[in-house]
Amino acid sequence: MKYQSHHRVGDGPWVRRTLVLLTVLLATLFLAIPLILIFSQALGAGWGVMISNITDRYTLHAIGLTLFVALLTVPLNLVFGVALAWLVTRFHFPGRKLLITLIDIPFAVSPVVAGLLYLLLYGRNGWLGSWLGEYDVQLMFSWPGIVMVTVFVTCPFVARELIPLMQQQGSEEEEAAVTLGASGWRLFRKVTLPNIKWALIYGVVLTNARAVGEFGAVSVVSGNIRGQTNTLPLHVELLYQDYNIAGAFAAASLLAAIAVLTLAIKGVAEWRQARLMANDRPDRKLQ
Amino acid sequence: MKTWIKGLVAGAAILSAQGALGAERQLLNSSYDIARELFAAYNEQFKEYWLEKTGDTVTIDQSHAGSSKQAQAIIQGLKADVVTFNQVTDINILHERGQLIPEDWAERLPNNSSPYYSTMAYLVRKGNPKNIENWDDLVREDVELVMPNPKTSGNGRYTYLAALGYAQETFGDDQEKTDQFLADLLGRVKVFDSGGRGATTTFIERGIGDALLTFESEVLNIADRYPGEYEVVTPKISFLAEFPVTWIDEYVEQNGTEDLAKGYLTHLYSEEAQRLLAGFNYRVHDGVVKAEFSDRFPEVTLLPVSEIAGSWENAMETHFASGGKLDQLQRRR
Repeated sequence: MKYQSHHRVGDGPWVRRTLVLLTVLLATLFLAIPLILIFSQALGAGWGVMISNITDRYTLHAIGLTLFVALLTVPLNLVFGVALAWLVTRFHFPGRKLLITLIDIPFAVSPVVAGLLYLLLYGRNGWLGSWLGEYDVQLMFSWPGIVMVTVFVTCPFVARELIPLMQQQGSEEEEAAVTLGASGWRLFRKVTLPNIKWALIYGVVLTNARAVGEFGAVSVVSGNIRGQTNTLPLHVELLYQDYNIAGAFAAASLLAAIAVLTLAIKGVAEWRQARLMANDRPDRKLQ
Repeated sequence: MKTWIKGLVAGAAILSAQGALGAERQLLNSSYDIARELFAAYNEQFKEYWLEKTGDTVTIDQSHAGSSKQAQAIIQGLKADVVTFNQVTDINILHERGQLIPEDWAERLPNNSSPYYSTMAYLVRKGNPKNIENWDDLVREDVELVMPNPKTSGNGRYTYLAALGYAQETFGDDQEKTDQFLADLLGRVKVFDSGGRGATTTFIERGIGDALLTFESEVLNIADRYPGEYEVVTPKISFLAEFPVTWIDEYVEQNGTEDLAKGYLTHLYSEEAQRLLAGFNYRVHDGVVKAEFSDRFPEVTLLPVSEIAGSWENAMETHFASGGKLDQLQRRR
């Protein structure tokens, strides 16, 4: 059989149009309409109701707690992810492959299971929990527990973004910098960071989005105390079960707004990065 | 430069000073899913009562979820001062697995530590077109039912036990007839939802079924919300669904809230609290309030679990465990 290399699948106008139509249709049904629905439901009873729903004492607390958790989680996982990616791409040591596999555990494990693991470990009857209890340290059913499971669930994002990039880039530029006498910190700031900046921002954006939206793991360790340990996703469920549909959608629209904002930040970051790189290398402009 | 640290220290100092000055006290109530509005209202009443009685201001935090999940959380260290549940078994677990309360917790407050109760009733469509009055109407060929699944919800288990109680009263010792009645009833169920709220949605929003079987309180709430669209039928014989409460000895000791927790639960039995509870469509014990609400709650025979199945442990083991009576009856269809 002879293979006709100049005629590819998808060249025909009908195939192309069908594929485009199908993609647009699916994107509309599964992405656009639900997003629009969230906002239209939230605004169903007017702006006044939506604002009063959002400024409800417990909703405000849930927003505050969710942002607080993200604020702690993101920097922690930023440092952890960079350190880990640096370690596994710049050094060779026994167990390196195993470590790379271990990073993926939070992806592989269901968040509910992750929450239960922490509960069994740090809960009152857990190994560490009973010991901590003697010193009156309570981690589960209070904000530290929520931060812990959120850190666990989101810890692969930064490292997973950086590792392939850093592997591909190799360490030549860094080796050159070392031979020119750069210190460790300067090396990182001037050579490594500019190269990985884009992937790093992307990792942070994903970490933040997940930290804000995490439900399963947080639900297990939260204790659902309204005004104390109720994060925004848990609050949405709570309002929904209360038959407060408008309130639930108002809170959900906040989460959706955070998601849209996150994507916008990512877009701006990408664009700035591209411009920065063009300015950094005037020689390329001349060509 | 380091003003923000100073600010933090000053803030902490102010906060702790406040704590020392005013008698500001805290209480955490761990409760079941659908009791949010009820306890939001009761907490306001109790705060006023406690302020008048002791001069202390109380902040009451509420945690709501399925009561089995709540019990697990408390065993794992959620330091609730009091629990207000809808399942006796979920409080028993706090003793069995957690050793947090004594075995005889139910004796500590009146009426088996159940300040209010309810029973199982039917919601039928306007005019009661299928003429449903009692349990034997539910097994008719032309009737379709909606109820929560007894496997996954306490609500569904209560309905199952209520029907069992009726069958036992009707057929006496004839085990075969009792079993067949229950199998027929389960066979008439069109949709088994996983929980009470889901069953309500199926009946109301999706318009499925001729009768919804659930708590009388839920049935009355729906009838109030959609006036003229539905009718409430309370069968002559039904199940006594208790709503047990208790304080968690271990945690009230740690939190120093024993008097407050006991006061909170005891006040549930007062006339004003009982009136509030009856307003939320729960049956109460207080004689005066009972008389006031006699139109709402017709006199019916309510059988406790001890009469129908011996005990909760026994009921769970014989009827609802995997391979138990419920599974066998459902296979008969």
